[in-house]
Amino acid sequence: MRRRTDVLTTLFFFVIVVSLFPLGVGTEKQVLRMLGPGVVWVAALLASMLALERLFAADHEDGTLEQMLLTPQPLSVLVLAKVVAHWLLTGLPLVLIAPLIALQYHLPEPARMAMMLSLLVGTPILSLVGAIGAALTLGLRGGGVLLSLLILPLYIPVLVYGAGAVTVSTIDFADTRPYFSLLGAFLLLALIFAPLTTAAALRISIE
Amino acid sequence: MSELLSQGGYGFYVWSSYAMGLILLVLELAQLRRQRRIILARLGRLMRIQAGRGSR
Amino acid sequence: MKLFRFSSPAIFYPLAGKMIPWFAALAAATILVGLFWAFFETPDRLGGTNPQKEYYRIIFIHVPAAWLSMWIYLVVAAYCAIGLAFNTRLSFMMANAAAPTGAIFTFLALWTGAFWGRTSWGTWWDWDPRLTSELILLFLYIGYIALHSAIDDQRRADRASALLAIVGLVMIPIIFWSINCPDPNECAALHQRSDMSNMEPNILSSMLIVTFGFWMYSFVAIFMRLRGIILSREADTTWVKELVAKEQGQ
Repeated sequence: MRRRTDVLTTLFFFVIVVSLFPLGVGTEKQVLRMLGPGVVWVAALLASMLALERLFAADHEDGTLEQMLLTPQPLSVLVLAKVVAHWLLTGLPLVLIAPLIALQYHLPEPARMAMMLSLLVGTPILSLVGAIGAALTLGLRGGGVLLSLLILPLYIPVLVYGAGAVTVSTIDFADTRPYFSLLGAFLLLALIFAPLTTAAALRISIE
Repeated sequence: MSELLSQGGYGFYVWSSYAMGLILLVLELAQLRRQRRIILARLGRLMRIQAGRGSR
Repeated sequence: MKLFRFSSPAIFYPLAGKMIPWFAALAAATILVGLFWAFFETPDRLGGTNPQKEYYRIIFIHVPAAWLSMWIYLVVAAYCAIGLAFNTRLSFMMANAAAPTGAIFTFLALWTGAFWGRTSWGTWWDWDPRLTSELILLFLYIGYIALHSAIDDQRRADRASALLAIVGLVMIPIIFWSINCPDPNECAALHQRSDMSNMEPNILSSMLIVTFGFWMYSFVAIFMRLRGIILSREADTTWVKELVAKEQGQ
């Protein structure tokens, strides 16, 4: 039950934010096409951050988190599992709804592809890096806002290259290759280092 | 001297920059001195309260 | 700024106190000398590929502030790493003491950068990669300070913010690079302004002198803040109690 709410809230938040922008900046096709990549990516950042608060909160409240610290399995592996599960519920839906968003912003076919692909590679990075913030701010008052403050600067590279890939794809899809290579590299680095860092952060927050 | 102040007409920008620098550094030092006084006063009060309790 | 054996707050407190006046004198002297040099010994206008008029003299406060803002972040992260590795309280206190000063320099770099931009580019803000990076650095400082303030448990606060500072340090090259180089297809080095080898020697020298002066100043501010932090945190120790009694005239 909790899971379904997670998926839906994140998704609807994303869709609402994305839908609000044309109301604010005007619905002219050219403008939307230009802003689309950036707007969608910022919305993805915000949606991802929204979902992060709950990454560890529930387990922390019912004591499972402390148990996780005591098991023989390396904490980083458990963290990775949680992050993957989290991404499936909150990141993947964004990837799947991307074509709809591309339509809203009058983005051409290659851009739609680029958007899905960039979100596919990028949102896991957001979840992985965001987990560090979630672990550091575990149980703090004002947690969500504080989490955003800490995590948003770290999200910038993903934002720059994710949105950049979509923008460039409208000119020539082949040009997106370096962007996706970079994003792929970031994902790899995040997969290796983020769970370890998150585990360290969890230990700091709980012990 | 007037040449120094006007800086080719850009005096406002140049001196505003330096003024902000001066203000920030002076304010920082002033705030730190005040903070020291506050901490000492607070600790002094705490000590007197503890001493008062102890002597009963 | 290395503290190998002086990891005891009780020992470092009086030591810092003695050093402060010296640093203050050095700071005042060098900043004055540097600025004097900057305003009287440098050309009024610059030619070359990037011509600048008299307003370029903002550089003598902008660049030192920017350099210090970056250096101090490094110092914060280093002390955080030392604190986490060796579990020394004083290291964490040092990082806490340094961060606000670093943030202030960052703000000054942004302010002076905006004024310089207004004169040489025509706008107060241009999303210039260097200034944008300074803005992100400010966010990193604020994040560190905010996280530390938000946690009540001293030990958790120290260690969580330390981890954050280190993550920030690791991320800085990536973040700055992505801002400077948003298009990986054609990533040119965009630092036309920072070609130091071509800089007129008077300009470079006075800039370095002011930078040194700011560095001396940072010792003053950071040590003052550190002493306050030490007093607060070590309030239960005898030496602090004796000191407070003496200072309060009891």
